[in-house]
Amino acid sequence: MKVLVPVKRVIDYNVKIRVKPDGSGVETQNVKMSMNPFDEISIEEAVRMKEKGVAEEVIAVSMGPQQCQETLRTALAMGADRGIHVKTDDVLEPLAVAKMLKAIAEKEQPQMIIVGKQAIDDDCNQTGQMTAALLGWSQATFASVIELGEGTAKVTREIDGGLETVDIKLPAVVTSDLRLNEPRYASLPNIMKAKKKPIEEMDPASLGVDTTPRVKTLKVSEPPKRQGGVKVESVQELVSKLVNEAKVI
Amino acid sequence: MSDYNAPIDEMLFVMEEVAGLGDLVQMERFGELSPELVAAVLEEAGKLAGGVVAPLNRQGDVEGARLENGVVRTPTGFREAYRQFVEGGWNGVPFPVEHGGQGLPWLVSTALSEMWASANLSFSLCPLLTQGAIDLLQAHGSEAQKEMFLPRMISGEWTGTMNLTEPQAGSDVGALRTRAERNGDHYLIRGQKIFITYGEHDFTDNIIHMVLARTPDAPPGIRGISLFVVPKVLVESDGRLGARNDVRVASLEHKLGIHASPTCVMSYGDDTGAVGYLIGEEGRGIEYMFTMMNNARLGVGLEGVAIAERAYQQAVAFARERIQGRDALSGDEAPVPIIRHPDVRRMLLSIRADTEATRALAYYVAAAMDRARGAQSDVERQRWQQRVDLLIPVVKAFSTDVGVDAASTALQVHGGMGFIEETGAAQHYRDARIAPIYEGTNGIQALDLLGRKTLRDKGAALQALIAEIEVDASAGIGSGNPHIRTIHERLGEAATALARAGRSLIERRQGADVLAGATPFLRLVGLATTGWLLGRGAVAAARLLDEGGDKQALFEAKLQTARFYAEQRLVMAEPLSRVVADAGATVADFAEEYF
Ligand SMILES: Cc1cc2nc3c(=O)[nH]c(=O)nc-3n(C[C@H](O)[C@H](O)[C@H](O)COP(=O)(O)OP(=O)(O)OC[C@H]3O[C@@H](n4cnc5c(N)ncnc54)[C@H](O)[C@@H]3O)c2cc1C
Repeated sequence: MKVLVPVKRVIDYNVKIRVKPDGSGVETQNVKMSMNPFDEISIEEAVRMKEKGVAEEVIAVSMGPQQCQETLRTALAMGADRGIHVKTDDVLEPLAVAKMLKAIAEKEQPQMIIVGKQAIDDDCNQTGQMTAALLGWSQATFASVIELGEGTAKVTREIDGGLETVDIKLPAVVTSDLRLNEPRYASLPNIMKAKKKPIEEMDPASLGVDTTPRVKTLKVSEPPKRQGGVKVESVQELVSKLVNEAKVI
Repeated sequence: MSDYNAPIDEMLFVMEEVAGLGDLVQMERFGELSPELVAAVLEEAGKLAGGVVAPLNRQGDVEGARLENGVVRTPTGFREAYRQFVEGGWNGVPFPVEHGGQGLPWLVSTALSEMWASANLSFSLCPLLTQGAIDLLQAHGSEAQKEMFLPRMISGEWTGTMNLTEPQAGSDVGALRTRAERNGDHYLIRGQKIFITYGEHDFTDNIIHMVLARTPDAPPGIRGISLFVVPKVLVESDGRLGARNDVRVASLEHKLGIHASPTCVMSYGDDTGAVGYLIGEEGRGIEYMFTMMNNARLGVGLEGVAIAERAYQQAVAFARERIQGRDALSGDEAPVPIIRHPDVRRMLLSIRADTEATRALAYYVAAAMDRARGAQSDVERQRWQQRVDLLIPVVKAFSTDVGVDAASTALQVHGGMGFIEETGAAQHYRDARIAPIYEGTNGIQALDLLGRKTLRDKGAALQALIAEIEVDASAGIGSGNPHIRTIHERLGEAATALARAGRSLIERRQGADVLAGATPFLRLVGLATTGWLLGRGAVAAARLLDEGGDKQALFEAKLQTARFYAEQRLVMAEPLSRVVADAGATVADFAEEYF
């Protein structure tokens, strides 16, 4: 089977995010970008499926500006077989991404799409669910274990208060959670080989998708600064503060 | 604890705009290599360095390597990190593909080595020493020796060591006494070596020692020294590991820094004699050593760059967080992070400028090695080789002195916390201190630059360098950009000062006063050359700024850093040339008994 994995180029998780002075968004000039960590996990899972012989081909898809090719190369260096770059400088909302994924899935016919549960830049947590809905496929979100059966998959989901195991029919969309696996570091020979793997370029129009944003951003601002704490002398004082000042008990 | 983020944009900038990566990737032997591919390689290596190797640095310092019943245990996590390093194929970067290497330019390998050394200096020494041993075997080993050892050393399955030093033989290698007696198809080695880096460890099943020793009837001094390969575990003809050889670690040293790197006293031939195989011919050991010396000295010079970079990153992070004092100019009462204070900024910028300067020098020399190797004509090859030979002692000594200064200044940025071990700034300072000592002390480097590289050819190589600097200086002085103009004015003055110092040494030629000028002379060559290369970077940065693009801040900072270096560092060239010309006499005259 084929596995499709979307990979998003986001601000590196090590970078301290700064809001643009005009409040229109966050600063991305001169900021280190890398693959969304949940997408790394998705790629790792797909590559492991391939290494186990249950998947034949892993296709990585990235949508966005020219530099997304670097993100795709990372995916290829980790073991994906080929890349698809939907090139656009537009701002992409989850719905647009989901529609494009649907178009690509209809063409490529993968049995599974592994989507990061969210991207660490906008934290939307929508793309996987929307893609499944648009395709009419089964979905299993927040996966921490994926076991493949015959045309089915058993997915362990991380939910509030515990783990839930669901059986789903393929084709399906699965979204990866943090504990699904620990992504590998690409090896030097594989980085060199990645250079030779094909990346197909297309644009939203050729997929028949209108990417016009449906949401208007009014303002982006920094979270309020945390207030300094106080030291209390005794448990009594703590309790009294919690009752009288914080009013939480 | 501090994080390490490989400065990939800066590295690529220096590779492309200063060292000439674009020329190297054109060379046939680098196949389909492109700057983009190099960028991808650095990117992924940076993840391993920052994510796996760097986090072990502090624990390695605290735990140190330990000797337990003849077995050396490296600190927690090191063995696993080495496994990941080797599995990732990072050990064999510059070596030929047919031996299992990656066949990449030394320039690329150099940038990667900088990352490993920044991440964890102690860890990085193991692959560095292996690299030196591989160089030797590749250049001088027999086909059978190459077949037996090279593939598994290039892959990192086995590591290598260098065994020169003995208690009475340090800078003067010729004084070594370890004996080698012929015994059929091999030799039996007996003697003691000290200070052997990674002489024993738990990373791999075998360790391949390169040992200098003396045959019984050999002449005294360096002409009597031969080179042997002595495996820790003997290798059978079918490649399987056989009996344990008669070589063991006798003890580990307690050191100022690089605690995680085992520094071993090695005992050869306590029982029957250690089996060693002669490399090349008898009596040519030192000559062979010279073939790997340039690479090894580049590698150690790079350690200075690497530790300066790491110390800088930590100091900047601290200076942004530490709140102390008020803004001296605004009159605002609110306390500010110390990065607002001009004197703290001066410290940070000094470290940064010195780091960028020495990085430019190291990468330039690495690329010059690639150029010499890939030259189309003998004239071109000689030209680049001459440049490499001239500048190698400068890379080694100038950069490692900078490493110590930078680590010291970075510690100073921390105030009292810098002196506290938990902060981690102190470790960089302690670790940095080894690099001016080993691989030929910086004093020995200065003598090499003075004697072998300058006086011997009557300043020809030096003059060729100065001429190139002068051409660029004249061009830069005419620039419309005030940064570029100032940088090249100072550069022109530095070139003049260097030429004067060189003449003064060549005219006097010998004497204690000349020898006493060696170290300030090396410093002067280092200043002028780094100032020149930063100027080259500044010109590129100005061009790229005009062209636009998304790295404006990088280019702007490169320009300003180069100007800072010109105004704060290059201006020292003139007084240094006076030191070289005039100050040696006092040193020469000061009577020994007055000390
Ligand atoms: C941590 C560590 C790791 C090491 N790893 C290795 C290793 O893996 N393999 C190995 O073989 N060796 C290794 N060494 C040894 C190292 O290379 C030597 O310590 C170094 O070359 C200096 O020799 P020495 O210690 O005998 O000092 P000396 O040679 O005694 O020098 C003492 C001082 O005198 C100066 N000096 C000496 N001779 C001259 C001269 N002719 N003119 C002017 N000044 C002079 C030196 O510059 C120095 O300042 C290591 C050392 C250390 C500390």
